[in-house]
Amino acid sequence: MAIRTLDVAAIRKDFPIFETGIAYLDSANTSQRPRQVTGAMLEYFEKFNSNIHRAAYRIAEEATVRYEATREKVRAFINAASTKEIVYTRGTTEAINLVAYAWGRKNIKSGDLIVLTILDHHSNIVPWQILAAEKGAHIEYVDIDERGELRQDQFADLLKRGPKLVAFNLVSNAMGTINPAREMVAAAKKTGATVLVDGAQSTPHQPVDVRALGCDFYAFSGHKMLGPTGAGILYGRRELLEAMDPFMAGGDMIKTVRVEGTTYHDLPWKFEAGTQAIAEVIGLGAAVDYLNELGMDAVRAHELEITEYAYESLSEVDRLTVYGPPPSRRAGVISFALQGIHPHDLATIADRDQVCLRAGHHCAMPLMTRLGIPATARASFYVYTQKEEVDRLVSSIKEAQRIFA
Amino acid sequence: MMATADDQFYREYILDHYKNPRNYGRLEQPDISHEEDNPLCGDVVGMDFRVKDGVIEDIRFHGRGCAISQASASLLTERLKGLALEDAKRINKDDVLGELGIEISPARIKCALLSLKVLKVGAYGLADDDEE
Repeated sequence: MAIRTLDVAAIRKDFPIFETGIAYLDSANTSQRPRQVTGAMLEYFEKFNSNIHRAAYRIAEEATVRYEATREKVRAFINAASTKEIVYTRGTTEAINLVAYAWGRKNIKSGDLIVLTILDHHSNIVPWQILAAEKGAHIEYVDIDERGELRQDQFADLLKRGPKLVAFNLVSNAMGTINPAREMVAAAKKTGATVLVDGAQSTPHQPVDVRALGCDFYAFSGHKMLGPTGAGILYGRRELLEAMDPFMAGGDMIKTVRVEGTTYHDLPWKFEAGTQAIAEVIGLGAAVDYLNELGMDAVRAHELEITEYAYESLSEVDRLTVYGPPPSRRAGVISFALQGIHPHDLATIADRDQVCLRAGHHCAMPLMTRLGIPATARASFYVYTQKEEVDRLVSSIKEAQRIFA
Repeated sequence: MMATADDQFYREYILDHYKNPRNYGRLEQPDISHEEDNPLCGDVVGMDFRVKDGVIEDIRFHGRGCAISQASASLLTERLKGLALEDAKRINKDDVLGELGIEISPARIKCALLSLKVLKVGAYGLADDDEE
């Protein structure tokens, strides 16, 4: 089947922010949002703003229907078996914390092994460190090789020690490495481990099928995939979610509350306490529609083309080091460093040319330590990225080199 | 046009202090030695002081990081050398930013003030109050 190519010029018309003239190269941090997403949110505010699951009047029913419709859209988008397996969270961080709290506290015991990787984002490290400290469990990290790819031999050795939990990101936010997730999940499941995949950087950029992936939990954020901030997803296999206690307690997550005790709501609402981010969830649904319209194969193909172009362009710059694997094995993320110019100075100079570039440790300090560098500059791409923006980045880099010469 | 703006930001003397830092290195047996880092961007600045009769007789700094953090440290050591401790204590963030003489964006202010933090926390044991 031929993969459609994206009409980037047409796509950019849906994103009013590009009228400002910025070259936006920080989509791995947060994406831009099209009019279709902000419009869906505005429609809620202006036409049926009300609370969900409570009131018996028409606009509240409309709000509830739209809010719940996102759940089915997300289910289909990641091919989960049931909407009961789709829990709304504020984002990836909250989703992972939910698992660490509600699953971890029940299942991780003293002496247990948790396997993470050196490529993980802080949000997939710190919740497990807290849990491990509390339970007396310990953590091992899978290292990377010189190409920035996970050492599968070391991973296999760690699996022999029977970890209780294996958690890793499908795509590294700091280097863009695409991990062989399906193989890793299968190997981990074979040893009886529970597996969480951090999908924050994969879900926006490539087709995802959680059942084919075979993981127990899968977490991602709406704001990196054209949706608003404040709405993300935890996918969990139903039997695991059923066995977990609530994460947060309060309104909307209960069935009945008596002074003697409470029975909890069914899945997925058991995990959704308090008034939810209704507009944001509706916006996330519109983002999923938008991506489906483009086709995730086409999204990936476009990013690969831009990434190859950027990789080549950057490789031609003197005194520039690119970190991580070749374009075919990475998502639309390129981390690099310039000899003699700190990434922050480069980002400041690029900013003068309206080029939005990330500089820092990218919430992956263990990886930066592993690479022996304090920070990198990072360019990341999405459905609206054009080669011209990459050219502007290269100009800014050369300008920085001129200033610092 | 952009080039001019950049040149204004990275003024010649800031780049000069970055590339040729003054009072760079370590002191043997300093009276005071302290280091601070900015974990957000990995900037590190440390300072060694030799103090005699209440006067900063000699000073060295070391570290790594962006041009703003390192130039700021270099400029501060120039100012501190030979200064009475009592006078050094009165140096505040406006002095440091004034010395840099450029518009510092909120995102970079911690870089600019890292060396002042070293001075305040290290040399005087002052509370690590947020300079923002």
